[in-house]
Amino acid sequence: MQVYLPIAEMTVPALLILGMGGLVGFLSGMFGVGGGFLMTPLLIFIGVPPPVAVGTQANQLVAASVSGVLAHWRRGNVDVKMGLVMLTGSAVGTIIGVWLFGVLQRLGQIDLVIALSYVVFLTTIAVLMLIESLRAMLRGRNGAAASRRTKLHHHNWLHGLPFKTRFPKSRLYVSALLPLGIGALGGLLVAIMGIGGGFFLVPMMIYLLGMPASSVAGTSLFQIIFSTAIATFLHAYQNHTVDVLLALILLAGGVIGAQFGTRAASSLKAEHARFLLGLMVLAVGIRLAWDLFTPPVDPFNVTVMSEVMR
Amino acid sequence: MGAGHPLPDGRVGRYVALWIGIVLAAASSNARAQELVVDLSSHLIAISTAFTGTDVVLFGALDGPGDVVVIVRGPEDEVVVRRMVPAAGIWVNAESMVFGDVPGFYGVASNRPIENFADDPVLERQGVGLDYLRLYPIDPGDATDEEIDSFRRALIRDRQREGLYGADIGQVLFLGDRLFRTHVHFPANIPTGQYTVSALLFRDGQVAAAQTTPLIVSKIGPAAEIFAFAHNSAAAYGLLAIAIAIFSGWLAAVVFRRG
Repeated sequence: MQVYLPIAEMTVPALLILGMGGLVGFLSGMFGVGGGFLMTPLLIFIGVPPPVAVGTQANQLVAASVSGVLAHWRRGNVDVKMGLVMLTGSAVGTIIGVWLFGVLQRLGQIDLVIALSYVVFLTTIAVLMLIESLRAMLRGRNGAAASRRTKLHHHNWLHGLPFKTRFPKSRLYVSALLPLGIGALGGLLVAIMGIGGGFFLVPMMIYLLGMPASSVAGTSLFQIIFSTAIATFLHAYQNHTVDVLLALILLAGGVIGAQFGTRAASSLKAEHARFLLGLMVLAVGIRLAWDLFTPPVDPFNVTVMSEVMR
Repeated sequence: MGAGHPLPDGRVGRYVALWIGIVLAAASSNARAQELVVDLSSHLIAISTAFTGTDVVLFGALDGPGDVVVIVRGPEDEVVVRRMVPAAGIWVNAESMVFGDVPGFYGVASNRPIENFADDPVLERQGVGLDYLRLYPIDPGDATDEEIDSFRRALIRDRQREGLYGADIGQVLFLGDRLFRTHVHFPANIPTGQYTVSALLFRDGQVAAAQTTPLIVSKIGPAAEIFAFAHNSAAAYGLLAIAIAIFSGWLAAVVFRRG
């Protein structure tokens, strides 16, 4: 069945979109990530204009993070205070990001910036993830050597920053500037890359803030609901690039896929899952980098003004 | 009509009526003044959620010998053409040129190769064919003619790849000496707006008569409403998009918790 997407202004097979949603949902259920970093390139790959892919993905992620956060909320794994501070930063980051997005779109550089940020972020995160999971696997093989005592977190210059605030739920006493800054960077990612930013926020919250692992996933999801909602609104309002129909089809596929993914995850060791995820992220990064360095079929490209300037 | 020969959705009936109309018009005494009569099988292309492209048939009649060229032009827009250059190994957009009044769709059809009955100066004057399609940069600056031409040709190439500009000249079919028809194919990605379909009658290398008829391409149904809503009430659309997402996310969590 063919479906005409009203904002992307193209006709696509509904089953293809449903299947893509299902596949990414499966992987996100399996690895516990939002999957925006896979979905946006996939959408661009099938011919959805990059700005529409990013705007629509933000919308889809609102739904995905709402359904994800509910389970964490019931278990009390959401640090609301920390989430709200991060949210303040991320609102600023998102607003700047969407504005920047529009400017780059008019300059004709948005596709390049989207691709470059993907390549840089994906390859960096993938390499870190691969190294970390390989270490964990080796440690596991060497027996109980992993039980060496470590500090909760290291004290460095970051702890000398002003506006120190207590976060009772996470048992932390850190400068509010830290979650603010992390939130702002995350918001920028949401706006420009169309991702929730979980794969950036989670390591930051663990290693930089020193938050307990139990509340990291819930808190980052809680925060992502708001940053993706702000991004959705701004992309819809300023750039007219949110395709509700596309988002709904992706979501339907994603919800179903995630159920199977979560089941598959229980038969997989955590470090193996992280290793596989790292490999996958790296593959997407290399694929996108390849496109940047390959000479285009036609060095010229064409943009209709009214589609950018309206 | 026998019961065994049902009419496919009234289309044939419409064509027959059209033909009768054209033949009558051509045969009537008034047709002396009107050397060329054309009409379309449809003046409206409706883009619905299931739109995958469509064909429109142009019918016409002449009052004497001659050759026919049919030109279809889509709504005009400003278009930016950018050239990519490698910078540190990465291909980035560099120079750009803005063209004004670029038709969003362009197709030409004729009953035999155009060069057999019209000279280049005539075609250039009439702007017939991709070679003579009028495309000029709004602000050429200090660009040389060759540069402008390379951007112009790139624009045409891009539109051809999209299926929006005819790759070559289509065929006008004559049925007898006076009646002719041609098919114009519109792909799924055609821009919406006002199109013009012009027929030119060539005699002795000159345009002896011309007629233009409008064609509207417009979105209808839910797709059109969503598009209009997203553009006219962007804030409300954004809020609604968020509300739908929150609701479906919650719904998904509830449904699958029980399952």
